[in-house]
Amino acid sequence: MFELIRANQRRAAFLVVAVAGLLIATGYAIGEVVQPGAGPAGLVAGFALWAILSVVAYSSGDSIFLGLAGARRIEKKDHPVLFNVVEEMCVASGLATPPAVYVIDQEAPNAFATGRSETGASIAVTAGLLERLDRDELQGVIGHELAHIKNRDVLYLMMLGALAGAIVILADAGRRFLWYGRGRRRTSDKGGGGAVILVVALVLMIVAPIVAHLLYLAVSRRREYLADACGARFTRYPEGLASALEKIAASPAALSGVSRAMAPMYISDPLATPGARRLSSWGGTHPPIEERIRILRSMAGEASLARYEESFRKVTRRPVGVFPAAVLAEERAAAATRAPTPDPRTRVDRVRQTTDMLWRLKGFAFLPCACGTTLKVPPAYAGETIHCPQCGAEHPVPHPAVTV
Amino acid sequence: MLVLLVLLALAAILVIFVIGVYNGLVRARNDVKNGWSQIDVQLKRRHDLIPNLVETVRGYMTHERGTLEAVTKARQQAISVSGDVADRMKAENMLSQTLRSLFAVAESYPDLKANQNFLALQEEVTSTENKIGFARQYYNDTAMRLKNKVEMFPSNIFASMFGFSPEPFFEVETAAERQAPQIKF
Repeated sequence: MFELIRANQRRAAFLVVAVAGLLIATGYAIGEVVQPGAGPAGLVAGFALWAILSVVAYSSGDSIFLGLAGARRIEKKDHPVLFNVVEEMCVASGLATPPAVYVIDQEAPNAFATGRSETGASIAVTAGLLERLDRDELQGVIGHELAHIKNRDVLYLMMLGALAGAIVILADAGRRFLWYGRGRRRTSDKGGGGAVILVVALVLMIVAPIVAHLLYLAVSRRREYLADACGARFTRYPEGLASALEKIAASPAALSGVSRAMAPMYISDPLATPGARRLSSWGGTHPPIEERIRILRSMAGEASLARYEESFRKVTRRPVGVFPAAVLAEERAAAATRAPTPDPRTRVDRVRQTTDMLWRLKGFAFLPCACGTTLKVPPAYAGETIHCPQCGAEHPVPHPAVTV
Repeated sequence: MLVLLVLLALAAILVIFVIGVYNGLVRARNDVKNGWSQIDVQLKRRHDLIPNLVETVRGYMTHERGTLEAVTKARQQAISVSGDVADRMKAENMLSQTLRSLFAVAESYPDLKANQNFLALQEEVTSTENKIGFARQYYNDTAMRLKNKVEMFPSNIFASMFGFSPEPFFEVETAAERQAPQIKF
């Protein structure tokens, strides 16, 4: 894990520098096309764009994402099982500050993590996920999300996304200029050097945004594999994550309020339709979910990163694995999988826990009646008392409705 | 002059390298200490939960005095045992076993299983058992990392120089031990 985080940082730094180089080249070439000799100005414009996008993403990314997703912060008393599972995974991964926990009132089972560093990170899960998954499966999903936090994937993809975004905007502006603005000055520019720079700029304008975007997607997919491997290792139970992914893939419900920039942080691609989720594609932020499940299932009794690597190569038949050699060298220790933990909660119990939590969040008051029924009083209820629908007993209604 | 400069540069690189290795070793040792204190935190938390659990259960389990007494006694034993790590862990494992049988016996008391307080405590104890397991796992991971650093080239040279030594591992626990209390509803 430790070597993995460092190796990831090295790779990330290299890729960010490479894409920044692409931004420099594109900015320079476009500057030269607009006005010979204005290359440096174009370069500066490119960097300014990147700086603006980065600052916005860095300073308010988290709250924007959580707000867009409609996530509500909860406390331990709202859903003790979810909180305990998050704490368990923090202990397993050595994360010192537990992330803030949010829930999203949606049927589609999904989850995401956000946060630039280990402190002050957040995890959000949907109600549909809490209803469908048992404890071991939930552990797998939370382990996967904590791996995103531990590996600094949010920060990295944010930086890369801002760079790719700057290149796209710059290239778009360049194309518009060539289309509308260049005709006026064509007579004054007849030199051969101008033609060369024009061709270079044209190629960059078309190729650079595509390359930057594809690179971004490739990195995002790779980080999904890494998070799966770490999730399996934290839990020592790959089957939990595999069967969670299976349940997620089987759900026909679609998630709304997803920001495209946030898509890589979800456990399963929230923008893909259920059919497309299964297909192999190099145009997606996530690897095909069935491939991820097959890799996890063929780990056979061992939860180490090295076993994930083996399993990855076997399933995908790709010559290049997910982990650098240095990581595998450090990870020599065996990590045998554990037995499944029995979850005493049935599906009905889980649905009740989840809906109770959502009602509480909406301000409903819970009044236990002597006959065993629990009355849920909406916050808008105006009367002083309420009758139990089962036994008819009269209960005073606390005003304003307090949640017990 | 040039030779001197080159020598100085090499010395500077060496110093920076040694600082890096040393800091890495210190970090690894601190992680191990952290891992150890995390186990302590979770064990302590389990000790704190038990009196409450026993109190809740007592009213329902009128015919199970023995089981309850075993839990209380095992807890007392685990708290009072001092010194040797192996002895402590033996006492803690004993406590795990008595808790498991307590939850197994609770099966036959439907009223107890409907008690919200009991269910909440059961969830807390289950989760704490899980956390103890994960804390041991994390401790072993960090101890393995320290051991690698102490034994592998080139950090082994500096490890022996600065007096770093590997920390002991937890024995590989049996599958049954890793499991949370077995409860089937």
